[in-house]
Amino acid sequence: MNWELINESWPVLLAAVPDTIILALSSLLIGFVLAIGLAIMRLSNNRPASSFAYGFVYVFRSTPLLVQIFLIYYGSGQYRMFLEDIGLWVMFREPWFCAILALTLNTAAYSSEIIRGGIQSVPWGEVEAGRAVGMSRVLLFRRIIFPVAIRQALPGYGNEIILMVKSTSLASTITILEITGEAKKIIAATWSPVEVFIIAGAIYLFINFIVTRAVTMTERRLNPLHTSTEANVAVQVH
Amino acid sequence: MDLTLLAWGDTGWSDEMVFGAMMTLAVAVCSYALGIVIGSGFAAMKLSQVWLLRWIADLYTTVIRGVPELLVIYLVFFGGGSVLRGVAKGLFGYGDYIDLPIFVTGMLCIGLSAGAYATEVIRGAVLAVPKGQIEAARAVGMRKWLRFRRVLVPQVARYALPGLGNVWQLTLKETSLISVIGLVEIMRQAAVGAGSTKEPFTFYITAFVLYLGLASISNRGFLRAEVWANRGVRSA
Repeated sequence: MNWELINESWPVLLAAVPDTIILALSSLLIGFVLAIGLAIMRLSNNRPASSFAYGFVYVFRSTPLLVQIFLIYYGSGQYRMFLEDIGLWVMFREPWFCAILALTLNTAAYSSEIIRGGIQSVPWGEVEAGRAVGMSRVLLFRRIIFPVAIRQALPGYGNEIILMVKSTSLASTITILEITGEAKKIIAATWSPVEVFIIAGAIYLFINFIVTRAVTMTERRLNPLHTSTEANVAVQVH
Repeated sequence: MDLTLLAWGDTGWSDEMVFGAMMTLAVAVCSYALGIVIGSGFAAMKLSQVWLLRWIADLYTTVIRGVPELLVIYLVFFGGGSVLRGVAKGLFGYGDYIDLPIFVTGMLCIGLSAGAYATEVIRGAVLAVPKGQIEAARAVGMRKWLRFRRVLVPQVARYALPGLGNVWQLTLKETSLISVIGLVEIMRQAAVGAGSTKEPFTFYITAFVLYLGLASISNRGFLRAEVWANRGVRSA
């Protein structure tokens, strides 16, 4: 074990943590919004919308993320003239934009299936009750369907967050130096894979540990059975 | 997009891409088989009475499922050779330079990762077999090995099939990462083609379609296998 190398590479890898987190967080946030839209489209009675959502999810879940990233980052170069004409080339030449775009589309596909499962698990009686008191469709979705669906979908979504944290490592293949990119650089320069793997692996495990704890805590907060009994009594009295 | 690039034979790249797809399939099948063997072993460890075995198995699945596959690939790619040389020298006194073939390195990496996911699937399937059946087998005097072979394995296989189908899809997609260490499968071949023709989109969209085809066909196979495995089971 080369302790000197560990001492030297520890701060370098830690400094790359923000990059990994920015990649994961931005694509998860945008992807989540897209996923809700896709899930609603998939469940709607509108045939074209439903087929589009099905096709999108099928295609993105059946192909490797690496192909998606390369297709966007390198593939866009083939249509550089066209992209320059419509003014999008400034975005597509940036590895960061391409990585976040690919990660976003990818997580949108996976998350929409998780959210769809959540929406489908909402008891139909609750939807009918909402309708019976005269809620509009938007209000029904916002107050009844969405909160219940999210509660059901949360454990699955927690797994998706962890998968996304791991997936950000693929951004290193298009020149972004996040944790895995830096780790590879150090490994290739020193040929000491074990030391670097231990540090970088520990950082990823720590991030994922925090994510798991945060998801469990949110799950507990959202679950009505785990709120304090006093609150339940108060509801019953009033 | 110049479609003549995708002609078959010496002038086009179709034959090269299809060869790449066959390599992808070969790595995926080997890694998957390795993953199931590893997964069965670690599932047995997770279910054992010995805390040390349980602890080792937990450590394995936590690390592999929590760390990016790319990082594991770099570990095995850069470290596998020196371990091999150490073993060769220590056990056989062989001092010359040797290295793992890329195919084996790739198979080990993807197999290790598939193994972690397969462990959880197989562990769940073993727990799903009703205890009464094992007791019944014991009551009619079946010995341990016979119980394992006739009662446990067939049912575990059936319960594990949907989960193992997911592991297969994961494995197939993960093989694309092996391209970073130079094995000529779909992704590597596409990169070579893109580099020498300056038409990256054409090649990566071909790769995209090839993966889509492999995933769709194998998915259908797994669905059929599920129907076959559940042919004797009543359901609503």
